[in-house]
Amino acid sequence: MLQQLVNAISLGAVYALIALGYTMVYGVLRLINFAHGEVFMVGAFVGLAALSVFHLPFAAAVLVAMLGAALLGMVIERGAYRPLRNAPRLAALITAIGVSLLLQNIGMLTVGAAPNPYPPAIEPTPIPWLKEHARLVVTEQQLVILAATAAILIGLSLIVSRTKIGKAMRAVSEDRQAAQLMGINTDRVISFTFCLGSAIAGAGGVFYGVYYGTADPLMGFMPGIKAFVAAVLGGIGSIPGAMLGALLMGLVETGVSSVTIPLSSTETLSGSTLRDAVAFTVLILVLLVRPAGLLGRPTREKV
Amino acid sequence: MSTPPAWSHYLPRLGLYAGVAAVLLLVNVGLPRLLNAYLLQILVFAACNIILASSLNLVNGVAGQFSIGHAGFMAIGAYMSAWVSVAYGKTWLAPYADQPCGPLVVSAYLMGLMLLGGVAAAVGGLVVGLPSLRLRGDYLAIATLGFGEIIKVVLLNVEAVGGATGLKGVPQYSTLFLVFGAAVVTVAALRNIGNSIHGRALLAIREDETAAEALGIDSAHYKTSAFVIGAFFAGVAGCLYAHYTQFIHPRSFDFMKSIELVLIVVLGGGKLRNVAIAAAAVTFLPEGLRQVKDLLHLQTDPRMVIYAAILIAVMLLRRERVLQAVLPRRKEGASRG
Repeated sequence: MLQQLVNAISLGAVYALIALGYTMVYGVLRLINFAHGEVFMVGAFVGLAALSVFHLPFAAAVLVAMLGAALLGMVIERGAYRPLRNAPRLAALITAIGVSLLLQNIGMLTVGAAPNPYPPAIEPTPIPWLKEHARLVVTEQQLVILAATAAILIGLSLIVSRTKIGKAMRAVSEDRQAAQLMGINTDRVISFTFCLGSAIAGAGGVFYGVYYGTADPLMGFMPGIKAFVAAVLGGIGSIPGAMLGALLMGLVETGVSSVTIPLSSTETLSGSTLRDAVAFTVLILVLLVRPAGLLGRPTREKV
Repeated sequence: MSTPPAWSHYLPRLGLYAGVAAVLLLVNVGLPRLLNAYLLQILVFAACNIILASSLNLVNGVAGQFSIGHAGFMAIGAYMSAWVSVAYGKTWLAPYADQPCGPLVVSAYLMGLMLLGGVAAAVGGLVVGLPSLRLRGDYLAIATLGFGEIIKVVLLNVEAVGGATGLKGVPQYSTLFLVFGAAVVTVAALRNIGNSIHGRALLAIREDETAAEALGIDSAHYKTSAFVIGAFFAGVAGCLYAHYTQFIHPRSFDFMKSIELVLIVVLGGGKLRNVAIAAAAVTFLPEGLRQVKDLLHLQTDPRMVIYAAILIAVMLLRRERVLQAVLPRRKEGASRG
């Protein structure tokens, strides 16, 4: 049980890193950035190159991946979303899906569709003390990833709550027009938001690759969608909500995967095959029961 | 006043029906002699896409309910009808195989299956249509995406329809006559729905739901009905598709397929005629792009990259034209409270 909890938190941490980008971009632009999962994927590959081609240490590889992803996020915003800033929102949504497809397929073209082995960076050997005394398999790798995630999340909270640009971000997500009238350069703030969200997703990509030992061009799709579900669950636009939602998603998924449902005397239905369906069922239920999410503010339709 | 018009009043219309039927028969007999199996299959896919896209146009274009899970309805229709054929249909129809009336019996049977697949998908449409009453804009889009993925995962896990290995051995009952006939009937029916009071009500809801309700339009009823009707035709297309390719797999109906359909509707700009043209173009384009690989001597196929690039370019360069009819004129960002 406790073991499942450890796995759930590890999974939830990766989802949180992706979900934050979704929620921040949605906050400032009211746009579901469908390409965010692919930014995560590109981050993983940049990290892979840094680790296995340039033999950089783990921390440096994470930083390089964050930089690469941030750059990509900025380019996507500048090239694909900015021209549609005043277009109907669905136009931007369709473009975002196009960018997602483009990145996936460029990935397939350059590195191929087969999974690439990912160097473990830190050997996943269980910590002996915990294994002997609590029969828990917790690896040093898991601990490093969790610590790094926590550091990133705290850093992000500080940037958003304490810095000038963070204040500007909050202002823009409150009301873009009003923020602009107050002399905030909204284009710069939006660009910065993409940078920040993408950098975090890039770090998530490296952690995911290291944790699961593989990377492929389609790896971003499902985690991306699930992180989005997490962001909606927590209340999209809310940063603590995204973290909470991601943790809950990790718990639900790990819980469902560990259950085996007996269908008949011979057949059983393993929960792990239904994992993806459960994620979406959670999403639809949340949207129906509490559309604003757990920590989101309910919006009222103006007539 | 109430005297029925003379029979000659119906003559032009009857002539039109007869003409369409004659052309379809000619196509049915002639095309297989002219084209190879590959080209025929692309034509059938184009016809299926026309049915799917024009039905999605009712939901996305006319009613303005952004759905990106339309392939899920197609999957329901395809699996429902294919399962009936594999489990029962083959044995029912076996005695007719060598008789002269055989093709007619098979066609009648397939039409029944089209109805069955359509109704099954329509039930799915009802299930999705109900949440649409509470959701709008991109939340609705995400919910429909989730619905499509749930169907895929469920089908991957049901062993009775092949599960992850797909459903093999579906008999090839779809004929060109039925496929193109269904496309013509679908486009005609959807055009009539679009021009009817029903269609006007949907248009009104798309433009401004609150104002439409103030005018007495029962928006819940109309929005749900758009989903149900759209899903029905998608189920019909799924049935025709399954009985042509003879093999279906849950991954044939994934998110990519739904996006392809949305792309067609957006390219068509909400006008049924343009949607049909776009459906054909989008079906042929990736096939044409296959040639690029051979021309440039590439190892891997670049067609999907080009496809995605075209999608982005179209949105950036021609969105005013393209989106004219699909999206409400009112800026959505301006109306958040």
